[in-house]
Amino acid sequence: MEALVASAVGVMTAAGIFLILRRRTFPVILGLSLLTYAVNVFLFATGRLALDAPAVLNKYKEVPYTDPLPQALVLTAIVISFGMTAVIVMIALSAYLSSKDDHIDMNAHDSVDAPGEDA
Amino acid sequence: MNHWIVAPIVLPAILAPFIIMVLRFHLDLQRIFSVAGVVALIGIALTITAQAAGGDIQVYELGNWPAPFGIVLVLDRLSAMMVLLTALLALPIVLYAIASGWDDRGKHFHALFHFQLMGVCGAFLTGDAFNLFVFFEVLLIASYGLMTHGGGSVRLKAGVQYVAYNLLGSTLFLFALGTLYAVTGTLNMADMAVRVAELPADDTALLRVGAVLLLLVFCIKAAVLPLHFWLPASYASAPLPVAALFAIMTKVGAYSILRMYTLGFGPEVEATQGLVGAWLQPAALVTLAVGAIGILGAQHIARMVAFCAITSMGTLLIAISLFTETATAAALYYVYHSTLATALMFLVADLVMERRGGAIVPTAPMPQSGLISALFFVGAIALAGMPPLSGFVGKLLVLDAARDAPDANAIWAVILIGSFVTIVGLARAGSLIFWKSHDAQYNTETDPDNEEEAAPAPAPEPNPGLAFTAVFAMAIGLVLLTLFAGPALEYTAKTAEQLFTPENYIAAVLGGDT
Repeated sequence: MEALVASAVGVMTAAGIFLILRRRTFPVILGLSLLTYAVNVFLFATGRLALDAPAVLNKYKEVPYTDPLPQALVLTAIVISFGMTAVIVMIALSAYLSSKDDHIDMNAHDSVDAPGEDA
Repeated sequence: MNHWIVAPIVLPAILAPFIIMVLRFHLDLQRIFSVAGVVALIGIALTITAQAAGGDIQVYELGNWPAPFGIVLVLDRLSAMMVLLTALLALPIVLYAIASGWDDRGKHFHALFHFQLMGVCGAFLTGDAFNLFVFFEVLLIASYGLMTHGGGSVRLKAGVQYVAYNLLGSTLFLFALGTLYAVTGTLNMADMAVRVAELPADDTALLRVGAVLLLLVFCIKAAVLPLHFWLPASYASAPLPVAALFAIMTKVGAYSILRMYTLGFGPEVEATQGLVGAWLQPAALVTLAVGAIGILGAQHIARMVAFCAITSMGTLLIAISLFTETATAAALYYVYHSTLATALMFLVADLVMERRGGAIVPTAPMPQSGLISALFFVGAIALAGMPPLSGFVGKLLVLDAARDAPDANAIWAVILIGSFVTIVGLARAGSLIFWKSHDAQYNTETDPDNEEEAAPAPAPEPNPGLAFTAVFAMAIGLVLLTLFAGPALEYTAKTAEQLFTPENYIAAVLGGDT
């Protein structure tokens, strides 16, 4: 169980890092999404892994339970990363449409000189 | 409970959606509400600063859940002075944005502006590490919108880089928080500090990993050297009034380092000993050096000012990385100075770019060159740290605080040589841009960047009077900071004293049962 979760986080992080080092925006965005999946799974594991346990305490008897807080954190993280991915897709799309070029790096002629002039 | 504490977050949180939903089509009303909101924020900030000045640490329990179970906001001297700085910075910027017509070049400027203020104030006030992450995201998502405000392909491409880099930073932040939660079982900063201190000394490997990851995240925000690559392109491509507001965002990173590492992971805590100072100080020295070289080498005024921001972060983090009371007091004074000075220079750069483009080459004179060059001169003196302005006082204090440090020679050498290189760089830019002789013939044909300069146009702002008032207000702020350096230093010294007795903070947050 631990090995499975750990290797899942590891593989997703590795693939994410590989993808964000690509030159075009599409793989970079995919890489960022993979990294957010990796961090979400990682956050689940921070409350220790427990199988078949509810996320609530039982006040009548001692039963195994899983830590509910990481689940709340993951929920927040999912919402935020989903929104952020949507934002970067929109900005990348409009950058691509306005410059006809989806490289993530700036070309030599993309100087900062007068950035607003082609607006 | 004192409800003033939550007001700096609630006010922009209500105002921004109101501007989007109700005032979407009424730019004039948006402007009125936006300025009124910022003025009200200053009022609130002054109130809470007055409340915090006495030295009480006040806690606001959201939803009335006691710490460490609920999220708390904590008001102490440090968070109050940072909220006040945010509010004071926002007013001239919003006035300038209105006067220069920047807020009309895209949609929702004012709403995004207030969301940004909400995120910044929240990050300064919160006492919960995960809530700090959430407020970071709030300020970042607003900054994405502001950074690409006005559009244009260069700005959008720089925006993609900026967003991608910061998403990476957010992911790292979550990894760091997850690791810390796994070790300590809490996310409340005060509670975390208690648990860290109780941790057995041979069981700190994971904690150290988490602490270093967290430091990396804050260093990304603060643009410390190996992680500074996002800053020059983003700030130089952003609308420059927005870049002036972003001057506070790097300080959020510096604030977070100061807060987390004086509270829980300080150099004197055994579990994290030798982590922060050992890494942060060399990085800060290199940041200052590279920033100064960047100023010297910049071909464009906006990029030059962006490197000025990096230089000032270098100086600030040198002072913070010493982790002594006097150094922290100096650092807090320097925070005020460098934020105002950087923002002033960004606004001056915008005035220049609107008139003649930003390239640092000799061109025909521009309208209102005298006024602008005077403002540039004030900003340059302040940034370079020359007398008589507050930069001199700030750098003097930092140097003085570093006198007894083990690496005092290196710190003194880097700060002094860095200041000298900064002076040379700013003098070069200033003389190329502003210094004209009346009979010189400017060969505008050979200069493809400046076609529009052939006929000097009147001021491009719809309302140049207000624009200059806003920039002058910023300059006057610097002068006041110099004149009232005594009281300001008294306050920052007390703030540093409060920061270095974290027991009081912990006791205030966790109540009597610690």
